[in-house]
Amino acid sequence: MDPILNPFSSGTRLRDMIRAIRACKTAAEERAAIRKECAAIRTSINENDPDYRHRNLAKLMFIHMLGYPTHFGQMECLKCIASPGFPEKRIGYLGLMLLLDERQEVLMLVTNSLKQDLNHMNQYIVGLALCALGNICSAEMARDLAPEVERLLQFRDPNIRKKAALCSIRIIKKVPDLAENFVKPATALLKEKHHGVLITAVQLCADLCKVSREALEHIRKKCTEGLVRTLKDLANSSYSPEYDVSGITDPFLHIRLLKLLRLLGEGDADASDSMNDILAQVGTKTESNKVAANAILYECVQTIMSIEGNGGLRVLAIGILGKFLSNRDNNIRYVALNMLMKAVTADPQAVLRYRATILECVKDADASIRKRALELVYVLVNESNVKPLTTELVSYLETCDQDFKGDLTAKICSIVSKFSPEKIWYIDQMIKVLLEAGSFVKDEVWRALIVVISNASELHGYAVRALYKAFQKSNEQEAFTRVAIWCIGEYGDLLINNVGMLDLEDRITVTESDAVDLIEITIQCHALDFTTKAMALVALLKLSSRFPSCSERIREIIVKYKGNFVLELQQRSIEFNSIIARHQNIRSMLVERMPVLDEATFIGRQAGSLPDAGSISAGSSVSLPNGVAKPADSLVDLLDLNSNDAPTPSSSGGDFLQDLLGVDLSPAAQSGANQTSKSGTDALLDLLSVGSVSGPVESPSAQSNSSAMDILSASKSEKASVSPLDDLSSLSLSSRTTSITGAAPMMDLLDGFASTPPKSENNGTVYPSITAFESSSLQLTFNFSKQPGNSQTTNIQATFINLSSDEYTDFIFQAAVPKFLQLQLDPASGSTLPANGNGSITQNFRVTNSQNGKKSLVMRIRITYKINGKEKLEEGQISNFPRDL
Amino acid sequence: MSLQRGCSRSLSPRTTAVSASVFEDFKACISEEASCQTISEINLKKQKMIRAVLVMNTQGRPRITKFYEFWPVEKQHEAIRNVFSVLCSRAEHVSNFVDAESIFGPDSRLVYKHFATLYFVLIFDSSENELAMLDLIQVFVETLDKCFRNVCELDIVFNYSKIHAILDEIIFGGQVLETSSTEVMKAVEEITKLEAASNAINLVSKSVSNWRSR
Repeated sequence: MDPILNPFSSGTRLRDMIRAIRACKTAAEERAAIRKECAAIRTSINENDPDYRHRNLAKLMFIHMLGYPTHFGQMECLKCIASPGFPEKRIGYLGLMLLLDERQEVLMLVTNSLKQDLNHMNQYIVGLALCALGNICSAEMARDLAPEVERLLQFRDPNIRKKAALCSIRIIKKVPDLAENFVKPATALLKEKHHGVLITAVQLCADLCKVSREALEHIRKKCTEGLVRTLKDLANSSYSPEYDVSGITDPFLHIRLLKLLRLLGEGDADASDSMNDILAQVGTKTESNKVAANAILYECVQTIMSIEGNGGLRVLAIGILGKFLSNRDNNIRYVALNMLMKAVTADPQAVLRYRATILECVKDADASIRKRALELVYVLVNESNVKPLTTELVSYLETCDQDFKGDLTAKICSIVSKFSPEKIWYIDQMIKVLLEAGSFVKDEVWRALIVVISNASELHGYAVRALYKAFQKSNEQEAFTRVAIWCIGEYGDLLINNVGMLDLEDRITVTESDAVDLIEITIQCHALDFTTKAMALVALLKLSSRFPSCSERIREIIVKYKGNFVLELQQRSIEFNSIIARHQNIRSMLVERMPVLDEATFIGRQAGSLPDAGSISAGSSVSLPNGVAKPADSLVDLLDLNSNDAPTPSSSGGDFLQDLLGVDLSPAAQSGANQTSKSGTDALLDLLSVGSVSGPVESPSAQSNSSAMDILSASKSEKASVSPLDDLSSLSLSSRTTSITGAAPMMDLLDGFASTPPKSENNGTVYPSITAFESSSLQLTFNFSKQPGNSQTTNIQATFINLSSDEYTDFIFQAAVPKFLQLQLDPASGSTLPANGNGSITQNFRVTNSQNGKKSLVMRIRITYKINGKEKLEEGQISNFPRDL
Repeated sequence: MSLQRGCSRSLSPRTTAVSASVFEDFKACISEEASCQTISEINLKKQKMIRAVLVMNTQGRPRITKFYEFWPVEKQHEAIRNVFSVLCSRAEHVSNFVDAESIFGPDSRLVYKHFATLYFVLIFDSSENELAMLDLIQVFVETLDKCFRNVCELDIVFNYSKIHAILDEIIFGGQVLETSSTEVMKAVEEITKLEAASNAINLVSKSVSNWRSR
């Protein structure tokens, strides 16, 4: 029996397949069904039965739509196209368009079939071929088939003419060189009465103008008038039901004509002039209460804005857009915003008139409209209107959707930072934004705010008070909390004393404990992430110095975090506790205000234009929040050294030092005082003295005092660049040379140390002799040796040589050492020292260093002798001992 | 040519599946390259056209998809999913325009209309008037309605190729061909008539030839 009469003889019908697929409950079932079906289709294809081709292809197209591979059917398409019947050809061409694309080589095979079909007797087959060609035409096909298509532009049936016109568009897009062949037939089509053909003809002309200058010139010269007349007739024509869309006559043709006129008028005053009247007519006469009419108006506005200027028309156009904006239809408002966006560059003042309406659109319920409106507002903002616009946007921030807050805050932040007229306003606005939508704010934004505040020294007080006031009301936004905490920590004193009060501020009374309370409450809040808590700890430390009366309480708060399971917090807690409890004297140094960061550097860094190299101060503020997470060890190493292992170099240590250093200290201290406060010098000396109390150290410590302080204060919250500190501590421990730029001045001055040998095995090491003391009359040389098995004790042999011409008698050598050293003097080899270096006295003694490896030897000496019975005294100190004795 | 060889080798369903998947990988590579080309080509030539027509139901199942520029099948489906996820989250009575640049690349606009269980979506570029495209969806739906008398989702599912015929009479290679649903109807009816007639001829001739060969 004939298979077509019995559809069930092989495979299933299309309809059944669709039913089967629709009946599938799960994706897996569907896949299985389709796999089965595909297998059946392949088998059928292999059997090469022409009667099933049609059905197989129809099925394959359905399968293709569902997203399954169907490439094995491509050849079937070609076979269908080559077959004589209309249904086969139709499904074949449909398959060709859906399953293949212009990239596939198979397509080459179809060119010949297309050529035949374009010349087919049956106009519907010609239509099919045109349609396929219009969809998948490649450059080669375009060249091969252009003559056929060109001929079809004059075909008797309008349906073919319009398809040929659109097909020509595809051809000239693929091969622009062919454009000139089409100019004449295309312009001829413009005289068509049939609306469908006219639309496509106008479209073809528009595309010709786009691909070819000559075509543009030709059409502009020959057809502008005709097109204007056509548009006039169309605009004045009475109701024609066929092309009517909700009561408006053929809006599509209107739009196409306006589009073409736009192309013709652009850059040509004459052509623009000739269309002014009709544009004005379309712009004023078209009723605006229907979507189709608005589409025409919209196109008309676009044309007016693009063609050569006519002030009156532009006013009309912007007026139309203004009307659009107040339309209740969302679509209309959407396109109006789109259009105003384009109009802004041409006439910002005119657009600004609708500022209020546009702002209303920002608050619209429709996300698409809001987005467009916000973009438009963003473009509209300038220095003069930034204040009112921002105020509006910020106030809307309170009520807007969560989804929209991200976009809105990003735009507000961008506007504020771009156009902010003054810093105080910037600070105010950013505080508001952070309060409302802190969680949507990017990290750079609140960091930038801190930079701005720290740069505006006259606003420090204002900013901290404003933040404090706001912070009392709300601490829900983490980004805000961070800024507030940072500022309270830095400028806590200004908060209490109402320093730098501006006229517009209300006085507030904040006690020291109020401020500490606030931070305590914050740090106890569980929702905060540990970065914020770490910042709060730093702020507390800073406050402990700013408010000495609260110091103990702050210490108690800090101590609570000693056992925190976040290592960072734990570490900070222990470090800070130790600073507060034991290092009162250096604390104020450590917690000095952060150095001001250069705004330009920060902005540049944000933009990524600057590499990371920069001044220490810049680095410290920029990476402040990052640094938080990094281990903060070196500062503590330095401090631990003092506090836990060494005798405390606090007041008593200082006195001791003073004693020991005697004369030499005072110039150093004075030079230090020239640069920083006296106490600062002392503190630093304390720090440094622990290891090597000696001449060479003093001078660098004094001179590089300020930079060292910078390093210290910077590292309070900036643990990323700790290496200078590392070196600071290593100075006193070993002679390691470093190349850190920040510490460069110190290193230079410490060159003396670099020459001394590095730390090595203590036992049995040979140490170079030193000239411990030399005056005009006396030279003292030390030779060192270690006692095997006792690294702490050093045997020193002192050799005295008389440089004068007189003999010394009653020669006595005395030495004094700091408390961490023990000294045992042996008797000297004699008490008489011959003149002119003709002999020497040697004396052995032992020094036991309880801080061996951490501190070097130091010694004060006193030598008394008699020259010709006259007593003489020489004193001095020795600090150039090899470092690891 | 290689396509056919690949097919003819596959005799049992199992080997079919294997060779198909191998082939699919191979094709994916090609189409990956091809899609890169497309994007650069589009940027170069700035195709001004309607880029795609999508009809999908409110569950996100595609019902009609037609892309007027080259899109690999996987990308097509990714795009359809993305469009659906945007559309289904939109409230009633909001505008019909959606920002589509994230899905379809720069200079792409999306207009959709929601009818009963179906979304009709047009993706196009700045060369087209958004409001006109909205009207075009209206024309398409009106034509379907005339064709099927109260069109519903099932009509579209089962008359898949006829819908394509209608669509081809409205949008032609990414350009608007006809905006009058009466004209479209006329053309489609002619095609349907012709198809039926030639089927009948085919049947008659075949049964005649069968009868003669008896």
